[in-house]
Amino acid sequence: MGVKKQKIFRTIGITLGSIILVIGLLAPLVWLLISSVADLKELLKIPLQWIPENISFERYSKILFSQGSESEFRKTMMNSFVVASAVTIICVSIGSLSAYAFSRLKFPGKDKILFLLLFSYMLPPVAIIIPIYQMFSRYNLLDTKMALILVYSAIITPFVIWIMRTYFDSIPRDLEDAAKIDGCTYLGMLFRIMVPLSAPGIVATLLLAFLMSWEEFFIALIMTSSTASKTIPISIAEFSGRHSIDFGMMATGGILAAIPPVIIALIFQKYIVGGLLSGAVKG
Amino acid sequence: MKSNQYNRREVRFAWLLIIPAFIFIGIIIFYPMVMAFYTSLHQVDLTRKAQGTPFIGFKNYIDILKSSGFWSSINRTAYFTVVSIAIEMVIGFLIALLLNQKFWARGILRSLLLIPWALPITVDAIMWKWIFNANYGAFNAFLKQIGLIDSYRGWLTRPWSAMHCVIVADVWKITPLVALLLLAGLQTIPREMYEAATVDGASWWRSLFSITLPLLKPTITVVLVMRTLDAFRVFDIVYIMTSGGPANATKVISFMTYQEAFKFLNFGRGSAMAYLITLIIALLAYVYTINIGKHIEY
Repeated sequence: MGVKKQKIFRTIGITLGSIILVIGLLAPLVWLLISSVADLKELLKIPLQWIPENISFERYSKILFSQGSESEFRKTMMNSFVVASAVTIICVSIGSLSAYAFSRLKFPGKDKILFLLLFSYMLPPVAIIIPIYQMFSRYNLLDTKMALILVYSAIITPFVIWIMRTYFDSIPRDLEDAAKIDGCTYLGMLFRIMVPLSAPGIVATLLLAFLMSWEEFFIALIMTSSTASKTIPISIAEFSGRHSIDFGMMATGGILAAIPPVIIALIFQKYIVGGLLSGAVKG
Repeated sequence: MKSNQYNRREVRFAWLLIIPAFIFIGIIIFYPMVMAFYTSLHQVDLTRKAQGTPFIGFKNYIDILKSSGFWSSINRTAYFTVVSIAIEMVIGFLIALLLNQKFWARGILRSLLLIPWALPITVDAIMWKWIFNANYGAFNAFLKQIGLIDSYRGWLTRPWSAMHCVIVADVWKITPLVALLLLAGLQTIPREMYEAATVDGASWWRSLFSITLPLLKPTITVVLVMRTLDAFRVFDIVYIMTSGGPANATKVISFMTYQEAFKFLNFGRGSAMAYLITLIIALLAYVYTINIGKHIEY
């Protein structure tokens, strides 16, 4: 009897928990989605009409294709793509080189440098943003994509080194010992053994670096001022700050900004969860 | 003997690999760190340019530490940090326990958890700002329709509720990540331990406190450290949802620093404040690592 009763309790608990979880996770998002396709009049109705009568994707096409003021959003989205892609390439290439050195080579001062890296990874951006702002304004680099790319790369590289190092550490050394005996150089070992074997780690790192630069807000807020360099989070914040807010437009912008990272996360979830774990659990 | 410790070719190659990253980080992180300290010891007030930038020692720091605004901002930040992390840990743990069970929907639920995590934090902020909207928000509509309130309320325009709306936005976004990390920790606990405990007649609660929690301690510690450092520098959701208002109720420390430097254009004071924040964060990290963080592997 007792076991049967326990099983029923377990099933009820799991079902109830799952339902609450799904509602909690999805309800706000569904509302954002509805807000993006519903008629503004219906959104502003009191009592609120939850299910819209007229669904239209006009806002999406306006943002993506029109030439009006909405096109600004499209430009910032492009900026975000450019910045995040460049940052990802820079960080992962210079980061994995350093990570290899930290994982496999012996050299003086290694622990101290590693500690400095960890420190710079934990440093709040507010601690360095004022001098960065002054420095870039001196060289007339404010409000350029280049400035964002440089600053993001420097901030994300320590993270990349940290996480890649744990991936490299997990690869057994026997292979390299064998390669060394066969006369393989360090560079050869890096590109013929480490890189192929840590491919999942590299993918995870690439994606995390991309997502981090895609959503960065604070630095972009201070360093950008026009569509020449504004990124998508800045557009989103501006949407919500305007005096006469079109809530539907704001929701549409939000959904569009969320689509690339959410799709990336869902497609590559195995890699990403693995990356998060080695980034967090091991350091 | 000492020269034998390092292989010269190896050392040279190591430096070659590290140099690009090091130059980059040096120019964009370490040099600004030093400059920020230099600036913090000077009067750098862009609204009073005529006065130049005289050296004033630690005056900026003393002024900040004496001002009540700074301390109430620290209090607010600490409140936000403690409350949001407490909620995230409890709900995250419950979700992790749920997903550690074997049932058909487990995979789907785990995928769903990634959505809030992947959603840009700015989108999270506008979403909740819209939901808590005073005139048309879904939260108001829902509460009114189920009869909990008589009329719509300005959730973001009252000090107490504004802070908690910000906390909700943070909790919704971060709890799934906490759950995923705790779940990974749970999965390292061998099932045999629970089976043995059940055979010995241990109740579910007993297993929870005698097996699950002690074995999960390393993961919990790491999540706690990571989240504290993160929550203490909360900025984005505050900037978008409340801009530090109403009546400074959500003016957390990083927002205050941002205002000092980029709204009041007092770079000297802003730098001093940024240094104080860094100091607090470093201190927190240190206290954590010496007290409970012995499990962290470097």
